Amino acid sequence: MKKLIEIKNLSAGYENQVVLENVSLDIFSNDFIGVIGPNGGGKTTLIKTILGLIKPISGEVNLLINKTNVGYLPQVNQIDKRFPISVFDVVRSGKADTALFSSFHKNTQEKEKAESLLQEMGILALRNKSIGELSGGQMQRVFLCRALMNEPKLLVLDEPSTYVDNNFEGELYLKLKELNDRMAILLISHDVGTISFFVKTIACVNRSLHHHPSNIISEEQLASYNCPLQIITHGNIPHTVLKLHDEHEHHGHHH
Amino acid sequence: MDTIIELFSYDFFVNAFLASLLAAISCGIVGTYIVSRRIVFISGGITHASFGGIGMGYYLGINPLIGAGVFSILSGMGIQLFSSKGKVREDSSIAIWWSLGMAIGIIFVYLTPGYAPNLMSYLFGSILTVSTGEIWLMLALAIIIISFFTLFYRTILYIAFDEDFAKTSDLPVVLFNYLLMILISLTIVLNIRVVGIILILSLLTIPQATANLFTRDFGRMMFYSVGFAFLASFIGLLVSYFADIPSGATIIFTQVVIFGLVKLVKAF
Repeated sequence: MKKLIEIKNLSAGYENQVVLENVSLDIFSNDFIGVIGPNGGGKTTLIKTILGLIKPISGEVNLLINKTNVGYLPQVNQIDKRFPISVFDVVRSGKADTALFSSFHKNTQEKEKAESLLQEMGILALRNKSIGELSGGQMQRVFLCRALMNEPKLLVLDEPSTYVDNNFEGELYLKLKELNDRMAILLISHDVGTISFFVKTIACVNRSLHHHPSNIISEEQLASYNCPLQIITHGNIPHTVLKLHDEHEHHGHHH
Repeated sequence: MDTIIELFSYDFFVNAFLASLLAAISCGIVGTYIVSRRIVFISGGITHASFGGIGMGYYLGINPLIGAGVFSILSGMGIQLFSSKGKVREDSSIAIWWSLGMAIGIIFVYLTPGYAPNLMSYLFGSILTVSTGEIWLMLALAIIIISFFTLFYRTILYIAFDEDFAKTSDLPVVLFNYLLMILISLTIVLNIRVVGIILILSLLTIPQATANLFTRDFGRMMFYSVGFAFLASFIGLLVSYFADIPSGATIIFTQVVIFGLVKLVKAF
């Protein structure tokens, strides 16, 4: 078990606005951490700081692995879906460290890698489509391929289950579980109920961060973490549901 | 047909023909980047800001295009800097540079004693009066653009598609953003003589829109855009010559007609 990322007393945010305060977290090579928390609580800020896209206000984020060994799947709404680019090129962009001067190389290995990933995800037939022609689930598969191009040691996913059908969601989590054998995974989700079956530990991010050492988390614990989540139990299975906003009264499942 | 061939025996027409070809190359390629990346408004800001340099050129008695070059590069950098530092909202920053440039231009043209010759040709273009020196500059730009986009095709594509992801892959994102901003500025300045400040945005967007009806691939879109831009420029040039109407406006009008026709044909 090797330590990959070391976050110490991190505060981060955007101009004039601190979103994360005094956060510490270590990520190890076999971790599968589900990051939960309310909207605006700082989940995306946390991973953008890990990826070096946001500079910390104070504290530090130490990468003990190469930056290119972190695979990243951004939120779909950050992608311009009408951009003229093919599926194959999107996947190849995952291995961008060879992009500079790539016009001089044949890049055979890179192309084969992209093909085998597309094959693995069952979307090789879509390779020449432009990304605008894909469904939500297909697009997430493409971005997962891109994130895996560099054989990452840590895979960071920001809400990969938005705009996808339930079928693919289940498939995706099984795939992640399989990938966890060879890489650490940091998964942001608002769907706490579903991910708690797959993740090993849960980190609740709401300005501060609480890393809960298991994938089962009780309502009392959430309350003590100041995390506005609610758990409803289905038989033996703990089922957690997020309260979207304070103005929403009760939000949850009725049985 | 014979009259068209005969036209090529005139130097001014050969220059105009070469200008339309070279304009198509630079605008077709750079415009594809602009449209794909959705920075059309930034390009509009740079274009209009360059008018400040034209006014300054008149006032100082130097070639107005040199002034325009300085102004457009500075405004391109300025917009980039303002918005990347996050202190000014990008669209506001664009509007500031846009109007500041125009204002400076108007003041200096007013202050220049006597009549400002060719002012209209900078505003609305005058492809039939492009000089041989300007053709050489346009050729140099076309070669630079072709080499740059060929050499760094994938880097440019990846950064344009997903800047954040490109940053996580350690691509030189900031450097490329600035380099491309300079290329956009130079493309705008050197094509001012072809269609003019007011109309140049169309050369950077309409052929791309037409190309986009056929392909959704960045590389192919560049080729098709160059093709459509050249087709429209050449037809526009001929029509404006024979009908004796302004060339810049005719070229733009032709661009739109081609776009409309293609869209119509594609609809059936």
